[in-house]
Amino acid sequence: MKNLFSLAVMSGILNTMVSLATPFLYAALGETIAQSAGVVNLGVDGIMLLSAFAAFYVALTTGSLWLGLLAAAIVGLLMGLLMSFVSVTLKAEQGVSGIGLYMFGLGMSSLLFKILIGTVKTVQGFPPVAIPFLGDIPILGPILFRNAVPVYGAFLLVPLVWWMLEKTTLGLRIKSVGQNPAAADSLGISVDRIRYFSVCLGSTLAGIAGASLSICLLNLFQDNLTAGQGFIAVALVYFGGWNPIGVMGGAILFSVVNSLQLWMQVLGVKIPSSVAVMLPYLLTIAALTITVNRMRQPAALNKPFERGEN
Amino acid sequence: MAGVVVALVIGAVMLVILKADPVAAYAALIRGAVGSRFGLTQTLVKATPLLLVGLGICIAFRANVINIGGEGQIIAGALAAAWFPLTFPTWPGWLLIPSTMVMGFLAGSIWGFVPGILKARLRVNEILSTIMMNSIALQLMNLLLQGPLMDPAGVKARTFLAQSAQLPAQVWLPRLVPRTLLHAGAIVALVLAVVVYVFLWRTTIGYNIRAVGLNPHASRYSGINVPTYQALSLTLAGGFAGLAGVMEVIGVQHRLLEGLTSGYGFTGIVAALLGSLHPLGLIPASILFGGLLVGADTMQRAVQVPSSLVTALLGLVVLFVSGSALWSRKWAARQRRVEDT
Repeated sequence: MKNLFSLAVMSGILNTMVSLATPFLYAALGETIAQSAGVVNLGVDGIMLLSAFAAFYVALTTGSLWLGLLAAAIVGLLMGLLMSFVSVTLKAEQGVSGIGLYMFGLGMSSLLFKILIGTVKTVQGFPPVAIPFLGDIPILGPILFRNAVPVYGAFLLVPLVWWMLEKTTLGLRIKSVGQNPAAADSLGISVDRIRYFSVCLGSTLAGIAGASLSICLLNLFQDNLTAGQGFIAVALVYFGGWNPIGVMGGAILFSVVNSLQLWMQVLGVKIPSSVAVMLPYLLTIAALTITVNRMRQPAALNKPFERGEN
Repeated sequence: MAGVVVALVIGAVMLVILKADPVAAYAALIRGAVGSRFGLTQTLVKATPLLLVGLGICIAFRANVINIGGEGQIIAGALAAAWFPLTFPTWPGWLLIPSTMVMGFLAGSIWGFVPGILKARLRVNEILSTIMMNSIALQLMNLLLQGPLMDPAGVKARTFLAQSAQLPAQVWLPRLVPRTLLHAGAIVALVLAVVVYVFLWRTTIGYNIRAVGLNPHASRYSGINVPTYQALSLTLAGGFAGLAGVMEVIGVQHRLLEGLTSGYGFTGIVAALLGSLHPLGLIPASILFGGLLVGADTMQRAVQVPSSLVTALLGLVVLFVSGSALWSRKWAARQRRVEDT
């Protein structure tokens, strides 16, 4: 058995962590945008599943990974439209409608997989691209700067989403709709339109999160590929206090635990695999209990808006 | 009801796109669910856990607590239902069956109590915590089935199947129709539906649970401890789901095995929503969805349409019902306001 704490293994764990964080980052940053506008989209896992299938199928049949990524984004957008219609226009209880969207994605992805593909196949996923000079730094280079393009994208998205939410008029509108929709409405901001936009943008990112699983990390598709990662992504938004930087911290913490768990199994550390697999879920509950920054929670989170009701 | 019809129509369109014959598929579905004596009893066999899970969902949703943890709570109940009779195999049936049910109810309610108390004391979102509890229960079952609960016969024969030993015969629930799987648990579930109805509408605790769901602020001002009742409703919800797990173990399988929950935890939510969160409305709703599940298997065999179609359709039903239920409630509120003025 190799030593878990040797340099090679440690850098391996960190390298795996960076990849594993990718789907969490896309999905949780998307959910941050939706929740900032006051909509809890619990269907993220379903969106990820159906998009992961779309990306995989398109990549398998056309041979183009970029077309696969595009297909995933489109599927995410369409499911976002469905979610917004039910949750914003029809003012559904968001927890319930999100579970509906999840079940739809779970069933639909399995149905299409069985009819269109049938058996587990693999694709050649996005290859690692070394960034010149930075990729040659010892130890850190291979960990941070020799990854696939979607991995870089996920980490670049963190400052981008932060900038959008904190520094732009659009971000201000999104947050005002999430904090006080009645006031935003009286200032002439269309609450429904902002919420549609936020949910759809978030769902598109959830779609890309699905693609990053099926054509970048795992390079295959099977039933329930995500194993609840979309739900953990939603929990990360609470954990990160609705702040993209905090969300990234949560995604990294989770991915370290996940990566450690994978490496412990690879190295044959004597721990039952089911206990190891259980760890991230236990950690999620722990993380939810220590979410201290509740002050930042959008005041109108999970509340449908109707004029003249407040 | 309209939600189910719309979902079925969308399902038909999907089937056409997938180059499958929707008429043949739905005909196979209906034939499987009600076309034979065995099919009919299977529909009721699957309706039983749906009804039990749904009763718990009703109690939780009435307190405005969303319980997505049915799957984990079923597993918790099933684990208890396998462990208890295997530990006390000499007890007579009249003692073993009720005590196994009590143990399963307790195990399920523990699985509901944890997210309940976390919500009450630390305001942890119960939707997310119950989902995580599902995954934890699943891994716990895997762990126990590979360890202490694994069938000694499987170990001896070196097959290492992930299942427990067969339970002592006196704990098996009696079969209602010979040569079918329909067991006495179905009657227990029906009786409990009435009990839950009386509990929610004729007792003070039930009244308080509903008051908390309808208006938490008014409840607090009238002296009801809102967090306590939310935790209580989730604990009870877990108990009923745990009982569903018990019925699957001592009524159908007579042992614990992988995949025992069959998604009942989620389908139970759909049934509860369609039964308007009313224990008695839940009875026809769970029979309808029980039939849908049985029919889906027949459809898969007869016309090679994967049964996951039904999962997708159930998702659409939830989407439509959650959208339309709120409309009708808003509509009722508006009517009241008009009458008040």
